[in-house]
Amino acid sequence: MGAIQAPQLSLAALAPLLFVFAAAAVGVLVEAFAPRRVRHPVQVAVALVGMVGAFASTLLLAGSQEVTAGRALAVDGAALFLQATIAGLGALSVLLFAERSLDPAGSAFVASAAVPAGSVRDAELATSARVQTEVYPLASFAVGGMMLFTAANDLLIMFVALEVLSLPLYLMSGLARRRRLLSQEAAVKYFLLGAFASAFFLYGLALVYGATGSVQLADIRTAAGAGGTDTLLVLGLGLLMVGLMFKASVAPFHTWTPDVYQGAPTPVTAFMAAATKVAAFGAVLRLLYVAFGTADWTWRPLVYGLAIVSMVVGAVLGLTQTDVKRMLAYSSIAHAGFLLTGVIGLANDGSGPGLAATMFYLLTYGLTTLGAFAVITLVRDGDGEATHLSQWAGLAQRSPLTAGLMTFFLLALAGIPLTSGFTGKFVVFRAAIEVGAWPLVVVAVLTSAVAAFFYLRLVVLMYFSDPAPDGPTVGVAGLPTTVVLAVTAAATLVLGIVPGPLLDLAQSAAVLVG
Amino acid sequence: MSGFPWLLAMIVVPAVGSAAVAALPRGRELLAKQVALGVSLLVLVLAGLATVAFDTGGPRFQLTTSVSWIADFGVSFALGVDGIALVMLLLIGVLVPVVLLASWADTMPANRSMRSYVAWLLLLEAMMVGVFAATDVFLFYVFFEAMLVPMYFLIGSYGGPRRQYAAMKFFLYSLFGGLIMLAAVIGLYVVSSSQLGRGTFAFDALRQLDIDPGVQKLLFLGFFLAFAIKAPLVPFHTWLPDSGAEAPIGGAVLLVGVLDKVGTFGFLRYCLPLFPDAARELAPWVLVLAVVGILYAALLAMGQSDMKRLVSYTSIAHFGFIALGIFAFTTEAATGAVLYMVNHGIATGLLFLVVGMLIGRGGSRQIRDYGGVAAKAPLLAGALLIAGLASLSLPGTNSFVSELLVLIGSFPTRPVFAILATAGMILAALYILLMYQRTMQGPPRGVLFAGDEEPAAGPAPAVPAGTSVGATAVLDAPARARTRRVQDLSGRELAVVAPLIALIVVLGVYPQPLIDLVQPAVAATMGDIGSDPGGITPIHPGSEGTN
Repeated sequence: MGAIQAPQLSLAALAPLLFVFAAAAVGVLVEAFAPRRVRHPVQVAVALVGMVGAFASTLLLAGSQEVTAGRALAVDGAALFLQATIAGLGALSVLLFAERSLDPAGSAFVASAAVPAGSVRDAELATSARVQTEVYPLASFAVGGMMLFTAANDLLIMFVALEVLSLPLYLMSGLARRRRLLSQEAAVKYFLLGAFASAFFLYGLALVYGATGSVQLADIRTAAGAGGTDTLLVLGLGLLMVGLMFKASVAPFHTWTPDVYQGAPTPVTAFMAAATKVAAFGAVLRLLYVAFGTADWTWRPLVYGLAIVSMVVGAVLGLTQTDVKRMLAYSSIAHAGFLLTGVIGLANDGSGPGLAATMFYLLTYGLTTLGAFAVITLVRDGDGEATHLSQWAGLAQRSPLTAGLMTFFLLALAGIPLTSGFTGKFVVFRAAIEVGAWPLVVVAVLTSAVAAFFYLRLVVLMYFSDPAPDGPTVGVAGLPTTVVLAVTAAATLVLGIVPGPLLDLAQSAAVLVG
Repeated sequence: MSGFPWLLAMIVVPAVGSAAVAALPRGRELLAKQVALGVSLLVLVLAGLATVAFDTGGPRFQLTTSVSWIADFGVSFALGVDGIALVMLLLIGVLVPVVLLASWADTMPANRSMRSYVAWLLLLEAMMVGVFAATDVFLFYVFFEAMLVPMYFLIGSYGGPRRQYAAMKFFLYSLFGGLIMLAAVIGLYVVSSSQLGRGTFAFDALRQLDIDPGVQKLLFLGFFLAFAIKAPLVPFHTWLPDSGAEAPIGGAVLLVGVLDKVGTFGFLRYCLPLFPDAARELAPWVLVLAVVGILYAALLAMGQSDMKRLVSYTSIAHFGFIALGIFAFTTEAATGAVLYMVNHGIATGLLFLVVGMLIGRGGSRQIRDYGGVAAKAPLLAGALLIAGLASLSLPGTNSFVSELLVLIGSFPTRPVFAILATAGMILAALYILLMYQRTMQGPPRGVLFAGDEEPAAGPAPAVPAGTSVGATAVLDAPARARTRRVQDLSGRELAVVAPLIALIVVLGVYPQPLIDLVQPAVAATMGDIGSDPGGITPIHPGSEGTN
């Protein structure tokens, strides 16, 4: 029996991950030992340092391509691009968490999430000035898991990363200060369905291992290429996809999305909608392109079908929503379908614009949707955020700036030119057409038109309806939210008008090593 | 002088003007209007100078500017005009100041300001210039879609009672067509990258492609659908009567006068030269739609009781004529179609404006609420008559020249369609004259003279006082309104109608300069499609017109 060989670790290549996980660990210690008075600013600072540090180190690593940690992690262009995206979106989300001037009690999060909803103690908590700060280390862990997810070159690491990113998210969903019952329901629902999806993933992993004798993506590729169509492998791939599609909220694995998006505290919803989507699609791209990206493997019909179902379900069910957050949840499902349209764009020889297109779309969608949810945190009435559509009537007259920003984000989500949403749609549609998937693109444009209807309905309400006399007020955003709004709006505009540099970057980063 | 980027200036000036107006402090309504009018007049001057700089014997696209925009896709910010685009720019240059002047005294709906209204108008102008001046298909698409946003707000914020519905319908129809076109644009790009080795959106390069017939048909349909919704051809027309009726008058003039011309312009610029085989093969079907549109829309126009809806339906009939001229594939007919695009913008623009002035006085859009207005307001009646006669293509008015060219030009190749279309002219006379007769002639009656009658016989109950009928009128005080109601055209209103009436007459009598400007571009387009360019026979329709 030989001694266990310690795997070769390239610490420099892991710097982004180390930054975030270190921040998370420090955050836990701060939570335990720092006095209550300084806890909030310190936690915010620690989380921001971790994420900004991770972002900066991905920039420094740009161009590197290596497989490290016993071939478990691939640090390549795609991983770094997506890690930078996740870290950036994570930092913006932390700013949203840190906003203290909107809720009269000083935070969007409840101090003690375990108290039964509706109890006397719960009523006290709603207005109590006590602020718990565990959301910051949780967010750091989630971001770390997401970044690991996009770099996992090994199905086991991918599974570990999936759990690391999911568990904090389940908790964070239950932290809303207002509408506790909805929030707790969201957390439980997300946890149960998420655990179910994880089990699917794990079962798929086992089958793939059984078929190929390895959990390494590169080995699977070799074995799959040699074996042709192997029932175990097909089944395994299908089950792995179920697990990943669940996280990416692709229909028909989307049922948790509206409830969780609605119930979770809005800053957390923003974080989930933006960053989780990036991470999940990062893993999908790596799994499909690295392990199954050969001509012998026809996962394309599967993705084709999922894309259509997701776009149709998201767009059509989005029409019937009366809650802004649920509406954006269905929008997120439809956008997952558009993203899959980009994923299709892989030619049989392994080349193709799909990877760069999908990564670009992830970035634009993440920024825009984060901005849209940030606007939602501003519109409030006495009972917290006013998310019912009817409460947004005539908002443009109360607050032209807020309504203007929301309109801009909605137009971007609808894919109107001169916004980043259009550029994103353009690149993914082009990727699909280049490999001949034009029927899919036709479905995509039709569903875009349907989806535009519900985005516009909100615009109609804000601009063309008269405000209700007891309508919500628009809170005065503090510095953190203002920064988030400014960054996301500027990015949405700039990526719509001069997307060239970032497209180049995505193009040069579109490298996957196995 | 030829080095000056005229086209870029025509986009930048109104865009900057729009931002400047929007940035004015609340309450500076008059200043906003003055700035906007100045900006729009400056654009008109620029359009005029660009026309002077344009050489009719020169290359196809002139006054070109090209800057690489998104190098990855081969997109460039490329502007340039041929004769067809140039006359459309001139039309925009004329209509926007007229519309601003016409909206000068409009009462805005509650909580809306004149400042934002004129800011949207100027932004719309910038977009409209861009859509006609783009020579890069991607850039064209960007303007094509972005143009929807200002129009959407113009209809939705400043329109009539059903403005929300109309704005939504307008936006969704256009967006639907636009997205289908987006798929075709990308398809075209992919074809270009497989044939040229490097994808491009430059119109001149795309024209050289040799596209497989099956693919060509799909791409043609993708573009065609977007333009047929925009133009609009029957059966894609149902959004226009709603938008035309609910939009504020200024918005309606630009919508029908210019925005919808993007559709017919798109047929000529993109559908024919880029997909000549598909265009030839599918032309009979398009002609069927065109002629059905001419007759069907004319019949519907006769049945309308709402004046703005009526004018909208007449436009649908006219768009049928334009499509007929374009898809007849002769230089005469297509030249006629381009002239028609300009003349229709002027004639229908005037018709909308005068109808708007009438509605502004009476507060109702219903024909039955008016009668005998000519007795009290002869100038108003006269302006309406001239606009109507131009709209029904009476010889001597500008529309006659274009309609005649379309019919003469299409007869040799498509006699059946030309004959059927001619019947549309008769229907046009009916719906226009019936409206004139009912509102202007006979004994004075209706809302304008309500004070002279018993209250019981007063205004039609369908339109309660105080109903907003577009930006033009909110008459919440009947007593105050009555004193203003029967006034004839004011000096400002005369200044609105005079230039358009002058153009109707001048272009009706002497259209040759316009034909000279347009004809080389049309001949080049017909050359692209491979039909016999024929060569236009010397036409002096002016002499025919005045006979």
